[in-house]
Amino acid sequence: MKRIITLTVMNRPGVLNRITNLFSKRNYNIESISVGYSEQEGMSRITCVVHVENIGVLEQITKQLNKQIDVIKVMDITEQSIVARELALIKVVSNSSTRNEIYSLIQPFRASVIDVSKDSLVIQLTGESDKIEAFIELIKPYGIKELARTGTTAFLRGTQKPSQAIKPYSIV
Amino acid sequence: MLQETAFTKMKAENEPISGAELMLEALKKEQVEVIFGYPGGAVLPIYDKLYDSKILHILPRHEQGGIHAAEGYSRVTGKPGVVIATSGPGATNIITGLADAMMDSLPLIVFTGQVATGVIGTDAFQEADILGITTPITKYNYQVRSIEDIPRIVKEAFYVATSGRPGPVLIDIPKDIAAGTAKVPEEQEIVLPGYQPTVQPNYLQIRKLTEAVSRAKKPVILAGAGILFAEAYEELKQYAEQQNLPVVHTLLGLGGFPAEHPLFVGLAGMHGCYTANMALYEADLLINIGARFDDRLTGNLQHFAPNATVAHIDIDPAEIGKNVQTHIPVVADAKEALKQLIAQEGKPPVHQEWMDTLNAWKAEYPFFYKEDGRLKPQKVMEMLYEKTKGEAVVVTDVGQHQMWAAQYYKFSKANRWVTSGGLGTMGFGLPASIGAQLASPDSIVLSISGDGGFQMCTQELAVIREQNLPIKIIILNNSSLGMVRQWQEIFYESRFSHSKFSSQPDFVKLADAYGIKGYVIEDEAQAESIFNEVLTNNEPVLLDIRIDPDENVYPMIAPGKGHHEMVGVKP
Ligand SMILES: Cc1ncc(C[n+]2csc(CCOP(=O)(O)OP(=O)(O)O)c2C)c(N)n1
Ligand SMILES: [Mg+2]
Repeated sequence: MKRIITLTVMNRPGVLNRITNLFSKRNYNIESISVGYSEQEGMSRITCVVHVENIGVLEQITKQLNKQIDVIKVMDITEQSIVARELALIKVVSNSSTRNEIYSLIQPFRASVIDVSKDSLVIQLTGESDKIEAFIELIKPYGIKELARTGTTAFLRGTQKPSQAIKPYSIV
Repeated sequence: MLQETAFTKMKAENEPISGAELMLEALKKEQVEVIFGYPGGAVLPIYDKLYDSKILHILPRHEQGGIHAAEGYSRVTGKPGVVIATSGPGATNIITGLADAMMDSLPLIVFTGQVATGVIGTDAFQEADILGITTPITKYNYQVRSIEDIPRIVKEAFYVATSGRPGPVLIDIPKDIAAGTAKVPEEQEIVLPGYQPTVQPNYLQIRKLTEAVSRAKKPVILAGAGILFAEAYEELKQYAEQQNLPVVHTLLGLGGFPAEHPLFVGLAGMHGCYTANMALYEADLLINIGARFDDRLTGNLQHFAPNATVAHIDIDPAEIGKNVQTHIPVVADAKEALKQLIAQEGKPPVHQEWMDTLNAWKAEYPFFYKEDGRLKPQKVMEMLYEKTKGEAVVVTDVGQHQMWAAQYYKFSKANRWVTSGGLGTMGFGLPASIGAQLASPDSIVLSISGDGGFQMCTQELAVIREQNLPIKIIILNNSSLGMVRQWQEIFYESRFSHSKFSSQPDFVKLADAYGIKGYVIEDEAQAESIFNEVLTNNEPVLLDIRIDPDENVYPMIAPGKGHHEMVGVKP
């Protein structure tokens, strides 16, 4: 199953290396990881999307991440009320005969065209990973020249449904 | 009154001080008595300051020897062992020791030199990315980026290495940082918001465990090295006695509970005793205190303690539930958890039948060996135990001899057993015994190696002579990589691929070359007289003991098998 884990980490040298190292050392499957400064000075937020076989592995991942000295907080927010977004840039083959068709696909996805050349378009799309995948499938037949994705970044919504208190993975 | 030193004077006068001096001053503050170090270009500024320092410095003959010695020192004292290595090859030579210490949770503070800040990343002479290399095998690592940070980093490193689940911490110091000067910085507090080990147990879990003990019919305590790190031996004994609970040990836990105690069942695991393994197999309540359910202990997990409610007390939450599903998790320091368990004064279990069964097994399935006129390693270990009255510090290498030492040397006290468990590092024993003897100058230190592993760090004989350490170096010589040979005999149809030595050095002459007296021992009578002569004197000695080369370690749980499938349990 796919889980979204967010980390708050100290901005110390090598911290990203520690996290990615941990994933490879423990043989965990990671789909994407995105990193950037957070609202707190000296802290960064990391969002990881991981694939796990069962809850036991998930618990191990969160515990091993928590054990890292530079990691302040670990949350599995998959089942919370969250906002999750990813950004994709797609350079797609287009000429005068396909351009209009592509524009008509873009609209319902609220994507935008941010660069046009004689034989290609660059499309920018944000949304949840599912939406991005659906769009890529749709656009594929026209010929994708280049694709870049940021990976998911996510956090909790301002209001949570009362029943969904965050489940801490510490078992104490 | 504070003694005036160059440092206090400089501090008073607010004169600049070098990074190297700040480092040594920080070590003094941590009451470091001994450093195991090896010089080189990148650490020359540090060595220049060591020239005037009062801290004892031991110069191993290979950095690997230095770090294993630091591990031995740490294992016996409970304090962190301190290591210095130069950049590049010096630093890469300590990798095995770091991995070993990480696996066995030994606190170390390891300083590596680094090329100057300005050339980091340029493949400069003797540059190695030691932070990248050591991230997975250290508890934490640092590269010092400014001189003023040194006191804080060293303080933090000692705190991290020794608190929670201990482990090695590495500090990489670029040459210009060690050589450069700065004003003595104000003392800085440790700020590690992401590191707060849980020491006190959760009360509800303590209650739950107490109730489970009262109800249990077949309870057993599995005690690991966590008992030693937490210095919880008294509490363990008190709790086991209060609740009348049998105790089994992991390999690394040996000594945490007195071996001659009536409640002691024995060593568990691959070459543990029948009773200890069957106690785990049959138990209805398994209380793991400070062990990590390593696969050499558990055997096939599918057959591990199939009927037991599992309680696990560990200071590292990530160990709980990692290998074995746990019903009563207790994240805590072993000593604190045991204190609270004792304070509960719970109703002890009613389990006479279980205790009778265990005692009957103990009587029926002791460790055994055949006596056929050849010199048996087990006999040698029994003799060593008797001659040293069970009071020696026993340091081993890795292989058959290690298992025989674990089986036949009965430890009545903690911190007298030094062995490489998790990583199983050949070459560990001889240098580790140097650290052990320095840590415990008045003890008899037995350094027990195989003829294979002894040759992996032989060069450290020079240190034993140089420092006049009265270590009793014992080589159980079977002319082979015995443990490998045993597996090939059992699992590979006796195809002894590269496990028998066709040529070997004359170990006595080798010892002689280092100024150490050596003897060959070929039978029991010789062993008897030479042991009497050399074991208690104040000189180092090397004993090349020619044991029966065909002897195997039994009993055994074959790989993939469960505790109930032990072989070689009876003559
Ligand atoms: C550094 C290292 N290399 C290889 C091994 C694999 N190994 C485990 S035991 C063993 C044989 C050890 O032989 P010896 O030191 O003579 O001890 P014995 O088993 O004969 O008592 C080997 C090669 C190891 N544990 N460590
Ligand atoms: Mg051998």
